[in-house]
Amino acid sequence: MTSTTDLATAAPAARPEPARTAGTTRVRRRGERSRTASVLTHGVLVLAAFVAVFPVLWLAYIALGPDETDYLKPGGILHKASFANFSEVLNHTDFLTWFGNSLLVAGGTCVLGVMIAASTGYAVSRMRFPGLRPLMWSLLVTQMFPIAVLIVPMYYILASLNLLDSYGGLILVYAGTVVPYCAWLLKGYFDTIPVEIDEAGRVDGLSPFGTFWRLILPLARPGLAVAAFYTFLTCWAEVPFASTFMLSSDKYTLAVGLTTFVSQHDSQWNLMAATAVLIAIPASAFFYLVQRHLVAGLTAGAAKS
Amino acid sequence: MAALAQRLKLSYSKYWYAYVMVAPVVIVLGVLVAYPLGRGVYLTLTDANSLNVGHTVGVNHIPDSFNFVGLRNYSDILFGPGSYDRFWSHFVWTIEWTVLCVTLTVGTGLGLALLLNQKLRGRTAYRMLLVVPWAVPTFVTVFSWRLMLADGGLVNAALGSLHLPQPSWLEDPLAQKTAAILVNTWCGVPFMMLSLLGGLQSIPSELYEAAEMDGASAWQQFRHVTLPGLRSVSSTVVLLGVIWTFNQFAIIYLLFGMNAPDVQILVTWAYQLGFGQQPRDYAQSASYGIILLSILIVFTGFYQRWLKRNDQTAI
Repeated sequence: MTSTTDLATAAPAARPEPARTAGTTRVRRRGERSRTASVLTHGVLVLAAFVAVFPVLWLAYIALGPDETDYLKPGGILHKASFANFSEVLNHTDFLTWFGNSLLVAGGTCVLGVMIAASTGYAVSRMRFPGLRPLMWSLLVTQMFPIAVLIVPMYYILASLNLLDSYGGLILVYAGTVVPYCAWLLKGYFDTIPVEIDEAGRVDGLSPFGTFWRLILPLARPGLAVAAFYTFLTCWAEVPFASTFMLSSDKYTLAVGLTTFVSQHDSQWNLMAATAVLIAIPASAFFYLVQRHLVAGLTAGAAKS
Repeated sequence: MAALAQRLKLSYSKYWYAYVMVAPVVIVLGVLVAYPLGRGVYLTLTDANSLNVGHTVGVNHIPDSFNFVGLRNYSDILFGPGSYDRFWSHFVWTIEWTVLCVTLTVGTGLGLALLLNQKLRGRTAYRMLLVVPWAVPTFVTVFSWRLMLADGGLVNAALGSLHLPQPSWLEDPLAQKTAAILVNTWCGVPFMMLSLLGGLQSIPSELYEAAEMDGASAWQQFRHVTLPGLRSVSSTVVLLGVIWTFNQFAIIYLLFGMNAPDVQILVTWAYQLGFGQQPRDYAQSASYGIILLSILIVFTGFYQRWLKRNDQTAI
């Protein structure tokens, strides 16, 4: 597992303890555990894994029950399990529209957000210019903004720009929320690419933009992918902005659409469960592709502050 | 003056490509963060709500008609009549919520990371399963919890079969708070676990060998090798955890909706004032936002200083 910290210097040497008198009966090899410890470890981990997975499996199970109240008598589902909810959701609701909206908004934010974050990340990684530190600092602070302080004024700005209830508006808002983190992430990635490559490019007559565009961006593809995945997952699961700024039901994203099953069509829990499962599958598949890199990136930004 | 102009010109010609490259981000953040923040601060000094803010009805534009009230919003929130119910109760609950959630997620995450950081059969499988709460979008898992916690849902059925009391998780205030903390912990543990596991794996094993040679017990090794080795990772994840939990919107909003005043933390409460009621009280909502932001900034400042001071005294 990659780590972003250099701990070797941070850890103080272990305190010297007075040597214990040799009298232990049995010597165990390093890293070897007694049988009880091993059983205990597996027991705890199995329990934890069960707790972690159960709610998701439960939701998938509920989704198989065809009636609204089936979640109250889960035993009955076994006898009448069917995929009726899934076909209902796919054929008779706006699910596919919402899915398309989510895809469009998340994809749009990926392209816009990652592009501008990359150019900023490159600039702060390679160039020294007046205003560098304030910029880095404000990128960090932006990440701790509570949405409540922004959501009202944002609503008005979008309204006055005629961007309320439009994909463009939501993409812009999402870009604003993911860019600070992505810029930090990509700066970290660009820092690992040797400066000599830039210099070679400059010597061969490329402009600063040329080096960025033709040399560094292709080399940074893994970093860009992680930033894009992070952006995609964030947008895919975002609720408050989407539910405030998207007003008409054919513009809803999945996160907003899901809530309508409970409020409007008097609690269709079964359909909601099926929808939730359909939403979760692509997102989790995506997640497992990149989770290692996500952690390294997430902590990197804050560690360097 | 001429010298300044010269310097500006020089700095422009020297740095213009840097400025061009950061310009898009600066513009987006300026429009979507800095300007709203400024406008938000301005709104907090007025009595704006959805009735007196300028809006367009058909073809007619109705101009703004709210008044400047100075700091009255803040004094009203902090000290006005009923300020305990409106602000301080939520404030106290927000602090409890943050402290409990962060302690639980970091504690559980560290425990699991320690278990996973040893030679173990099926380690990868355990890790894949344990990150499921993070992999599945929050709004999906929260709905699942809502089904399980509902009256007559799975959790109460299980409690009933064990002859334990069955609180109504989604209605009784204390049970609501417990449920909120548990669900948030469930969602937050995987991130802590993976980050701390990364930290654990970067501690050189020579340190443990040396400690063992010196006769350190397992607890002493944990206390004097593992914890100091985790310092930089753990200080980061604690800070991130505090910020995220403090601003946690989705879990409480989705688990309880807007009809549970007792369990609203400051963020969701501010959202409710601004969007969940009629007339929408923009000024108060924005004031809550500014108060929240100030609390976080002050906390972060103190936290960083505390870390620095500890760094100096630690070794």
